[in-house]
Amino acid sequence: MRYSAWHILKQGLTGNKGWQPMWREPEPKPAYDFVIVGAGHGMAAAYYLAKVFRAKRIAVLEKGWLGSGNTGRNTTIIRSNYLMPANQPFYEFSMKLWEGLEQELNYNSMVSQRGIMNVFHSDPQRDAAARRGNAMLFSGADAELLNTDDLRRKAPFLDFENARFPIKGALWQPRGGTVRHDAVVWGYARAADALGVDIIQNCEVTGFQIQDGVCTGVETSKGPVRAGRVGVCVAGSSSRVMEKAGIRLPVESHVLQAFVSEGLKPALPGVITFGAGHFYVSQSDKGGLVFGGDIDGYNSYAQRGNLPTVEDVCEGGMALMPFIGRARLLRMWGGVMDMSMDGSPFIDRTAITGLYFNGGWCYGGFKATPASGYCMAHLLAHDRSHATASQFRLDRFLRGQLIDEKGVGAQPNLH
Amino acid sequence: MIINHPLLGPRDAAEFTYLGDVSLINRPDWKDAEAERKFHDYLYLRDNPAGEHRELWYHEQGDRSWLVVTRDTVTHEVKRVELAREAALAMGRGK
Ligand SMILES: Cc1cc2nc3c(=O)[nH]c(=O)nc-3n(C[C@H](O)[C@H](O)[C@H](O)COP(=O)(O)OP(=O)(O)OC[C@H]3O[C@@H](n4cnc5c(N)ncnc54)[C@H](O)[C@@H]3O)c2cc1C
Repeated sequence: MRYSAWHILKQGLTGNKGWQPMWREPEPKPAYDFVIVGAGHGMAAAYYLAKVFRAKRIAVLEKGWLGSGNTGRNTTIIRSNYLMPANQPFYEFSMKLWEGLEQELNYNSMVSQRGIMNVFHSDPQRDAAARRGNAMLFSGADAELLNTDDLRRKAPFLDFENARFPIKGALWQPRGGTVRHDAVVWGYARAADALGVDIIQNCEVTGFQIQDGVCTGVETSKGPVRAGRVGVCVAGSSSRVMEKAGIRLPVESHVLQAFVSEGLKPALPGVITFGAGHFYVSQSDKGGLVFGGDIDGYNSYAQRGNLPTVEDVCEGGMALMPFIGRARLLRMWGGVMDMSMDGSPFIDRTAITGLYFNGGWCYGGFKATPASGYCMAHLLAHDRSHATASQFRLDRFLRGQLIDEKGVGAQPNLH
Repeated sequence: MIINHPLLGPRDAAEFTYLGDVSLINRPDWKDAEAERKFHDYLYLRDNPAGEHRELWYHEQGDRSWLVVTRDTVTHEVKRVELAREAALAMGRGK
């Protein structure tokens, strides 16, 4: 069924009785050409594998329901404002895919390019912002350096005269913005299902069938499934799942919290980030301020955090835009992420033939969803990396080729 | 989270900074024939278990001691706290 304005009208006039489920609920078949584990980035990978790379016999195995991972828990920010040559072309590729996503999938994922501004507070930070902006322009992305007059027009409520962190301007990417997170998985799922991909929910992968260094399938809670190639896309659980194939990863699992205030009238012009601490905020279409900050900072699989981090995040908010102190917090939650040792992801082969890995997304992997899916599909189909993801290798630490976006060396608390 | 410091008693985890897996005590020997691979594994690879995890915490806003905390990463329950010095000696370091 193709969605359109005409279709909504017709359904409205006929009692909304003609809507159909968006995807089938098949039982797993005994064998597939491609088995993808995890339905976040994995759902996008399955779609591009079927659509662009024309593969057949594909299954996506998901432990919970679609969007039950971080794809349905994040603060929905998309941007392509990276610095390193290993990262920026990839995130700009992702941004271009976001821009055409809704037409491509015939699904409203509420892609909203409302812009993102990274506020800075000192002259050195302005220099760094200018350098980053130039790197963005070189990659074909958009970037503008705003002075305080420009910024006052866009966001008059910021605390420009803050005694400790006065605001000196911002790096502005107009094409950045937000996307309705779980609608991204639903859109990919509906489109992939229409191309014949089997989406199997409540199906946990519990092990791998490996013979003589070749992966020939997976063990699941619904029985064994044979596969030509297996792609693992289970960020947050990567160490637990890959351990079953005997692979130790350069990853720690950490919890990140997110917060939503009560609904307010439209106030925020786009996404705003604080430059003197870690705080980012946008306003949802329902009016709630959606915000977050740093990870809690200790290994965790708990999907909930602790109060010291809540206080830290709120202090960042108060320093940037004091009016936020008048809004009441409506809800908060946590998600478990793969924190890689340099803050950058992996889309790579493994030492086991036929087993491919996608993970290490830290807390910036939502914006990567389309490109990550595309590049994973490319890797699964052709057994070699897509040009924009060629540096996301598992052996880069051994080779000394870290992708150190922050320039602070290896530690698992970067993004 | 409350960390029951062996010398100071129960302290708020916010007074501490976190380093990570206790295996970081076991720095490889640079003269080892396999030093390159061993340093790679030591620096970058982690077991990252869901469940019981022994890990290093530093009492930065307290007595500046390093502690080894045994904590459940699924429930955040702190099960045991030792001085890192004693844990390291028990592992045979410092000989
Ligand atoms: C609070 C929070 C805020 C964030 N904000 C942003 C943001 O503003 N912008 C941004 O770009 N990124 C953000 N992120 C990061 C982003 O959400 C993640 O990097 C991204 O969603 C990772 O996608 P994924 O598909 O790899 O993981 P997930 O969406 O978590 O998907 C992995 C899936 O694998 C499944 N799975 C796990 N184990 C198994 C198994 N054994 N068998 C079968 N299935 C399994 C899980 O159930 C899950 O559905 C945020 C994250 C959090 C937690």
